[in-house]
Parts: sequence; C-alpha cells; structure tokens
Amino acid sequence: MSRRVSIAYLIGLGLLLLAPTFIYPILVMKVLCFALFACAFNLLLGYTGLLSFGHAVFLGSAAYVTGHALKVWELPTLLGLLAGTGAATLLGWVIGSLAIRRQGIYFAMVTLALAQMVYFFFLQASFTGGEDGLQGVPRGTLFGLDLADDINLYYLVVAIFAGSFWLIQRTINSPFGQILKAIRENEPRAISLGYDVAKYKLLAFVLSAGLAGLAGATKTLVFKFATLTDAHWHTSGEVVLMTLLGGMGTVFGPVVGATVIVALQNELADKVGSLVTVIMGAIFVICVLAFRRGIVGESLALYERMIGQKGR
Amino acid sequence: MTEIFGVPIQALFGQLMLGLVNGSFYAVLSLGLAVIFGMLNIINFAHGALYMMGAMLTWIGLEYLGIGYWWSLLLAPIGVGLVGIAIERLMLQWLYKLDHLYGLLLTFGLALMIEGLFRDLYGVAGQPYSIPEEFAGAFNLGFMFLPKYRAWVVVASLAVCLATWFVIEKTRLGAYLRAATENPKLTQAFGINVPLMVMLTYGFGVGLAGFAGVLAAPATQIGPLMGSNLIIVVFAVVVIGGMGSILGSVVTGLGLGIIEGMTKVFWPEASATVVFMIMAVVLMIRPAGLFGREK
Repeated sequence: MSRRVSIAYLIGLGLLLLAPTFIYPILVMKVLCFALFACAFNLLLGYTGLLSFGHAVFLGSAAYVTGHALKVWELPTLLGLLAGTGAATLLGWVIGSLAIRRQGIYFAMVTLALAQMVYFFFLQASFTGGEDGLQGVPRGTLFGLDLADDINLYYLVVAIFAGSFWLIQRTINSPFGQILKAIRENEPRAISLGYDVAKYKLLAFVLSAGLAGLAGATKTLVFKFATLTDAHWHTSGEVVLMTLLGGMGTVFGPVVGATVIVALQNELADKVGSLVTVIMGAIFVICVLAFRRGIVGESLALYERMIGQKGR
Repeated sequence: MTEIFGVPIQALFGQLMLGLVNGSFYAVLSLGLAVIFGMLNIINFAHGALYMMGAMLTWIGLEYLGIGYWWSLLLAPIGVGLVGIAIERLMLQWLYKLDHLYGLLLTFGLALMIEGLFRDLYGVAGQPYSIPEEFAGAFNLGFMFLPKYRAWVVVASLAVCLATWFVIEKTRLGAYLRAATENPKLTQAFGINVPLMVMLTYGFGVGLAGFAGVLAAPATQIGPLMGSNLIIVVFAVVVIGGMGSILGSVVTGLGLGIIEGMTKVFWPEASATVVFMIMAVVLMIRPAGLFGREK
C-alpha cells in the first residue's frame, strides 16, 4: 500500500472501532458487508476490466450455505463462514471458467445468464426456503464470545472487513495485480508478452467471487437470515452501481459508493416506496453520462488539478 | 387418447405451440438487440423494459383512451420507438467513443427507471387484456385445438422478422445501413447521414421490442416486471446464437422456445433453466455462438 492509502486505511479503521458509540451498529455492519462486496467486485471490474453482471449470485450462495451450515448442520460460526465462502469460491470457479470464454459485452451477458440460472435453482431448491428465505439463523459464539450481542459481532465484522480490504490491496499491488492491470489496459499485448491471460482472469474472478461470498456469509450472520433478494440480478446491479458511483479502479471508491447507496436506501425506503428503483436508475444514468470516475475518482482528479495549479 | 412417451399428445402439442409463441418473442427481441448492437455497438439492457412499455401502452390505450388492439399494434411500437429516439439523442450518442460497457450500464439504469416508474404508477399486479374478437376461439386441427391468437403471434412475429431481413439485406436503405455498420467514417464520407441512421436504427430496434410487447399483451399477464426476466433469457439466446446474422437470431429464438416448451412437458423443474444450461454447453463447445464469428 502507498503511504497515503495506509494513512487513510488506519484513520478509517480507527473511525470504525469508535463508530458503535454514535451509530446503530447493525447499519454499519450492513454498510461493511456491502462495502466488502463492492471491493471484491472492484477487483474484477476496476483492476481487471471484467464487468460481471451476476455477482449477486456469489453473495447469495454464500449467504444460503452459511445459513444452512449454522442452522441445520449446527456448525460452529467460523466453520459456517468458511463453508459459505468456500461454496462461493467454487461457484466462482465454475461460472468464471465458462464466462471467460467470451469477452467484453458478452462476458457481462454470460455472467448475468448463469447467475439467473443459479437464482432459479435457489428458487426451487428446498433448503433455501423458496420465497420465504432461510430464517432464524443462529449467530453462535466465537472464541467464547457470544455473537448474539451486536457489539461483539460488530468487532468481528470489522475484523473481517479490514482483513479482506488489506488482502485486496495486497493483491492489487502484487506482481499478480500488475498483470491484471496489464490485461485491463491491453489484453492482446499481455498475451503477446507471454502471459496466460485466461488463467489470470480466472484467478481474479475466483478471488473476487470468494470475497463476495465472504461478504454474503457475514451478512447472514448480521441479519440472521438469507433470502432470494441476495441472489437476484437487482443486487448484481446494485454492486455495479456502488462501484461506479464511488469510483471504479480506486482503492476507497467502492467503500464510499456502498456507504452512499446503503444510506440512501435506508433513508428513502419509507418515504418514496417503489420510486427507490427509479432513483437508483437515475444515479446510474447520471454517473455514466457525467461522472464516470465516481466520487473518489473525481475528487482525486480535482485535488490533483488544484495541486498542479499551485505548482505553476 | 394417444400418447407419446407417456405424455398425452394434446398436452405435447399445446406446449409445443406455447414454446413457439415464446420463441417468437425471443426471436423478435433478439433481432432488435442484434440490429442495435450491429450499428451502435451497445447491448440494450432497456430492451426488456421497452417491451414491457409496449404491452403497458396497449393496456393503457384500451383502459383510458379506448384505443383497441389493432390501433395499438401500430401506435404502441411507434410510441416506444419515439422514446428510443429520445434516449439515443439525449444520452446514448455521447457514449459511442467510450468503452462499450458504458452503453450497457446506461441502458441498465434506464431499465431500472422505466420499470420503477411503471411499478409506482400501476403496481406490480398483472393486468388482464382480452384477446381481440377476430382471434377468439381455436382452430380444430383434428389432433389438437390451436388457439387462433397463438397462431397469430407466431405468424405476425415471423412476418416482422422476415420484413426486417428483407429491408436490411435487399433494399438500398439496408445497403446504407450495412455500409455504416461496416465502416461508419467511409460511409459518411460518401454523403450518407450516419448519425441519423444510427438514431433511426435504435428507434427501430426498440420499436421491435414494443411490437413484441403488444403481441404479448393478450397472451400473458401485463405487468411492470414482465420484461426484466424475459430479457435475461433473451441475452442467453443472443449468446447462444451470436449476433452475426438476422436469420440466425430468428432460428435460435424459435428453436430455444420450442426446446423450452418441450422441457416443460418432460422435465418441468428444468424449464426455467434449460436455456441457460444450453448456453453453458454452447460456451464449452463453440464459444463464439452457433451463428457467430469471433471478432
């Protein structure tokens, strides 16, 4: 991590540790789950240049598997989280291997279609509880701490988020991450340099799917339920929106985007009802037309311009 | 009653017909997507929402303005086409120089807006629309009853697809269009107004979606959500068939509709997912799609 990023990371972490004193912890945990989801997605879209339009399926499958593992198999919490994450990683490998056979726009359509297939599977399968979802998932304990207490769970969620965020940064700045960026910038050139592009794309996809799964597994723990909404294409669209709004290919963009979107939905849900979808759509349109670098990207650009003018 | 593989022949042909009807919608919608993609290099995510708009306009026309089915069949596609032209002029035209993915994202946002607006105005419940008098009842073919309206949907869809094929492949306008798809700069240098053609292409493509919506109105429940689930299947159809050829889209659309109908008879649980499974298999065997070529 660069120095600026490290400092911002530590400040953010400090704020998170203090947050439950002044904000409702469940809301912060929701933001963190979606922020992790969006960061995982950004690894794929922002750094590898692959637009997956079916990422909700990894969130949803991990949510279901974790829920099932904790409620029916009565596994310990840690194993439940691992089971969910593992399932999403495996599913990511299957969907990723198929999807990387096509490029660009087709890649987006293939991921969307395969995700819809899994969605229908969840709709019909008995272990998901169909339209009702999987309810009453126990949170269990971890290292003797009772996670039914929101504050205990809160610090677990912060630890999961901080660890995953660090892992993503580490990946982006590793030689592997540099190759991903090379693929994003110019795929034919990366191929001609001798890189097995398909292998790198698949690895990025699987990593992103696994982390999205970790977000889904954590989300089940927070809300004690898993529903079809998690796996629906609307949620796939939401994570695209979070990343786009915050700034794709930026370190903190997805976190900012997820915070704004979750906060907006939280504020608007009771006031405007079904118009929320219209507002989300409008933000999408505005971002694409006028605001393509997102909140963080545009702010950074503005900052650089001001520094540049001072220097002259 | 005669049976084939333990399934009554009546039910088999009934599902076959339903499959053909669905296949016709797939064909018209994927054709529209292909025409738009050829010219604008954009995958129109709003296609499903505009199909829904066609159906809703038909229903609104009858409910509030007393406009009947036949007038709707003409007016609703034009209305949807005009909306499309507005979208192209106001928004899409600024994206042509950017990565194609932005077009997908923008139209996705539009789809959410259109769907959300109709949901806010009319609720999620489906609205009924009765079959026009001319097509009430069924033909007795001896071995089955063929509802007249279903036959009409298939015939009308195929006629529209054929007309589109004819215009693009056999007329002067179509020749300009193909030239502009192949090399827009050179075509413009020959004095052809390419931006105008792009605008009309988008209007026409979404007009096709509107037309399919009108056809669907008496055959299905009309509701704000009718388009979004359909469009994902149509995406799979497009991936399977590739967007290279017009007749390819039509054949793939109809074929998949029939396969889906047959799956409903023999393996009902898989009927919602069979198209996606076929897509996965095609990706493994022929990644470019059945009628596609790698670019």
